[in-house]
Amino acid sequence: MSGFTISRRTMLTGSAILLASTAMPTSSWAQTPKKGGRLVLAADSEPRNLNPAIVASNGVFFISSKIVETLAEASFEGKDGLAPRLAVSWEGAADGLSATFKLREGVKWHDGKPFTSADVAFSALRIWKPLQNLGRTVFKDLSAVDTPDDLTAVFKFAKPTPFQLIRNALPALSSVVPKHVYEVGKIEDNPANNAPIGTGPFKFGEYKAGQYYRLTKNTDYWSKDEPYLDEIIYQVLPDRTSAAAALEAEEIQLAAFSAVPLADLDRISKVPGLKVITKGYEGLTYQLVVEINHRRKELADIKVRQAIAHAIDKDFVVKTMFLGYAATATGPVPKNDPQFYTADVPTYAFDVAKANALLDEAGYRKGADGNRFSLKLLPAPYFNETKQFGDYLRQALAAIGIDAQLVNNDSAAHIKAVYTDHAFDLAVGPPVFRGDPAISTTILVQSGIPDGVPFSNQGGYKNDALDALITKASETLDTTARTDLYKEFQKQVAADLPLINVAEWSFISVASDKVGNIANNPRWAVSNWADTYLES
Amino acid sequence: MTLVLLRRRLVGSIFVLLIVVIGTFLLLEAAPGDAVDAYIVSTGGDAGMIELLRHRWGLDQSELTRLANYLWALLHLDLGQSVTFSRPIRDVILERLPTTLILMVSATALSFGLGSTLGIYAGARPGSLRDRFLSVASLALYAVPGFWLGLVLIVIFAVDLRWLPIGGVETLASDKTGLDRAADIAIHLVLPVSALGFIYLALYLRMMRAGMAEVWRQDFVLASRARGLSRRRIVLAHVARNALLPLVTMLGLQSAQMLGGSVVIESVFAVPGLGRLAQEAVAARDTPLLLGIILTSAVLVILINLLVDIAYAFLDPRVGASEAGA
Repeated sequence: MSGFTISRRTMLTGSAILLASTAMPTSSWAQTPKKGGRLVLAADSEPRNLNPAIVASNGVFFISSKIVETLAEASFEGKDGLAPRLAVSWEGAADGLSATFKLREGVKWHDGKPFTSADVAFSALRIWKPLQNLGRTVFKDLSAVDTPDDLTAVFKFAKPTPFQLIRNALPALSSVVPKHVYEVGKIEDNPANNAPIGTGPFKFGEYKAGQYYRLTKNTDYWSKDEPYLDEIIYQVLPDRTSAAAALEAEEIQLAAFSAVPLADLDRISKVPGLKVITKGYEGLTYQLVVEINHRRKELADIKVRQAIAHAIDKDFVVKTMFLGYAATATGPVPKNDPQFYTADVPTYAFDVAKANALLDEAGYRKGADGNRFSLKLLPAPYFNETKQFGDYLRQALAAIGIDAQLVNNDSAAHIKAVYTDHAFDLAVGPPVFRGDPAISTTILVQSGIPDGVPFSNQGGYKNDALDALITKASETLDTTARTDLYKEFQKQVAADLPLINVAEWSFISVASDKVGNIANNPRWAVSNWADTYLES
Repeated sequence: MTLVLLRRRLVGSIFVLLIVVIGTFLLLEAAPGDAVDAYIVSTGGDAGMIELLRHRWGLDQSELTRLANYLWALLHLDLGQSVTFSRPIRDVILERLPTTLILMVSATALSFGLGSTLGIYAGARPGSLRDRFLSVASLALYAVPGFWLGLVLIVIFAVDLRWLPIGGVETLASDKTGLDRAADIAIHLVLPVSALGFIYLALYLRMMRAGMAEVWRQDFVLASRARGLSRRRIVLAHVARNALLPLVTMLGLQSAQMLGGSVVIESVFAVPGLGRLAQEAVAARDTPLLLGIILTSAVLVILINLLVDIAYAFLDPRVGASEAGA
């Protein structure tokens, strides 16, 4: 257990924790799991559509990953970072035109009907490709899914598709839903979207809006003896301070996804019976990024962007704003990614004098009031840390003579202002790295994306060489060659600074000592929890 | 008399409601971002998906068309479909209304009951030590922000003492029924009702006290003193009774503020009521849902004020007569 419990002091010793965590061996548990019990945990939002095949987002997975399973799940020790779930093996053809999945035998849907390759084919072709937020990109060239027998699904692609991408996409994008439930009527209006039917260790019980979600044990689960828990209750606690209070009052046993604010962790880690856990989110890394509107003539100048990069003290941001629970960033791939990350990129040390010199060189001299020019700065409101970084960035920019005016919006207004109206000069955003740069990372700097697409390049940045590199990587089938291209991609982004990567962070869980088998995979909070248990 | 009042109020109310609906609609339209913008914050998505969603949720129609459609449906007593819940708005609201009503009625009873009692106690001897203490203490409560008072109550009574639950409206998934369930709900409501009620307590206390100070100077008090009535009888039967009238008016006005205050309290205590729903509807830019909530609240406030007027007519016949005759 000691391997998982990390005090704030040890966290502060280095931001290399995020890097180290993937290399950490998994500890074996001394206790044998107990059966039974009800796990109560905090939920801060209430997703209405619980179908993870349509909405691939952490908020939905948090609840529905226990009900609806994917073909494979992320794993610390498995080959290529994967562990089998509904598929037991997978293989991509050398020409990139097909991928074969062997499926698990003896799996039943919660309504008793058998799970077959027809369900996989239906989910892939009718839901992931046309409807899913991420699948629409990754599976865009999927043309057919052949089902030679009940336990084999062969994905056919119209254009060569790197199998590495498909493999990396499996944990988040491959939720399989039952064909017999969804084949009648409009998929988006299916009642099962609000009361999902899956193959997972837990069945959907009930949802009381504003109060709780209740999941109950699937006694017919394919993995014998699992799950251990009888019930999982997600208690809706909209106020962020109440999760900590509920843990202390022993009304809940777990608060995942940083439901307990960073500032409270020090205090709560001293409460007997509670532990703070930083593991189990390695596959859900968020990046703190300064988005830049290149339509502003000052910001179109590389020297100005370099000056801004030099003005940001990344170590300070990690230590003060994230209280050490983060790592500094070097480029568009986070340090804790085991496949693609490279440290061999241009870096920008914190150096105010150099930043000022660069701005002078660029021809933006300080005026009589000490200002060179003014900018509109829009911090995204989704996280405390993005808002706080907005305040910090304003000060950091003031030190180099750039007057930044903060514009604070709520989520909907921010999305519209930045990604549709382009009414910003600088914005602070938290894009997610999803295990492969092609899923949601290259889109941040690629040109030619229509207006209004969130979390994409809406800053008017256009770099033909970088666009060509992204296209080439998306067509390269060989894993090594493809990985190398993405290393080159990181170098070019860090050199030209279409955006500035500042830090990388993930979430933190606070749990009662009684909860066992926490954080045993890199996407633990959004995995199926079949082996989670409660000590009596 | 009451019938005349009712009829006149009904006609006025329809205009009020129409103004409320159109005003809210325009305000929400002026807020940047629509329901799709709010939705894609947590999902992302490409241009095609966004277009699909706008079409599905009818957001690709012009504002005027949507307002006209809404009003037409409203004429048929149809509140429409919630974008975020994908359910009829009537059902969503009816599910939350009882919780908010219980919270509001209990909190009002607490602040009105305790406030006026303490007000009588303080006003019976104006300028005394107890009068000053109560005035300062109640003002301090009034100055405290609602969420802070709520959090302090949680820390003391739920975390440290563990006498009461930290939040929610009943024990989760407990399958309790009947009296057991009622008792369970009552225990859960102690803290939120206190937090909401104590804030407005000062208002009633001070009004009562000020009213009594005023009445003390009236001739009939002097007269009853001269008749040799006991001080107790003068305070309760003559002074307090006359000072109570303005408080009843306040009760009606206060109901609107209570609804506003419940937004914060419902969030802090995780109570699934209308206030929290309104907050969520704004964040999600779910215009029809918010319109439904505001309409419900407006009807509620109008009804409460109507009840207050009827009560007033009974308490002070002069008021009822003048309203009916005018």
